[in-house]
Amino acid sequence: MTKAEIVERIYERVGFSKKEAAEVVESIFEVIKARLEQGEKVKVSGFGNFVINEKRPRKGRNPQTGDEIVITGRRVLSFKPSQVLKRTINVEGA
Amino acid sequence: MTKRDLIDEIVRLYPAYSRRDAEVIVNSVFESMTEALCRGDRIEIRGFGSFVVKQRLAREGRNPKTGDLVAVASKRVPFFKVGKELKQRVDLGYDLEQDESDSSQI
Repeated sequence: MTKAEIVERIYERVGFSKKEAAEVVESIFEVIKARLEQGEKVKVSGFGNFVINEKRPRKGRNPQTGDEIVITGRRVLSFKPSQVLKRTINVEGA
Repeated sequence: MTKRDLIDEIVRLYPAYSRRDAEVIVNSVFESMTEALCRGDRIEIRGFGSFVVKQRLAREGRNPKTGDLVAVASKRVPFFKVGKELKQRVDLGYDLEQDESDSSQI
């Protein structure tokens, strides 16, 4: 499934033009991305939470040369599926 | 940010839509994604990331409290892989904050 299919779905359901539907869907993902970029958590009930984790700098090794290197601190995004989503996927898939 | 905040934000961006419209749209997005995952489809949103469903085999686990063996049924688990653009944007936000705190210490 791609963004185009999500757009199709909204077009069918809401009766917007395809252009309008495409624009709103784009905005929805853009709003989510902008919040995550700020380091904010985004919670979508029934679907899951997008959470930001801060990783401290740590020592690692270059697996090819064995040299010790410092892996810089960073901020990463992870997705925690909601219980509802986990259950739905298993029920309807059965 | 919660789903409600997201809906509010859409209403603010598109004043021509009613709140009801915005609700239906936002919910449709996540419903169609959920349905795709139920079908076992992979979802790919450019610039955001992709979702896949992985099959976990049945296994024997233990009740951590009692140590008893329990059968864990096979199940399907959703996974998200962050897209390149978003990955960079999230990390860039962090770098900018680090720079700010560095300069404020001087």
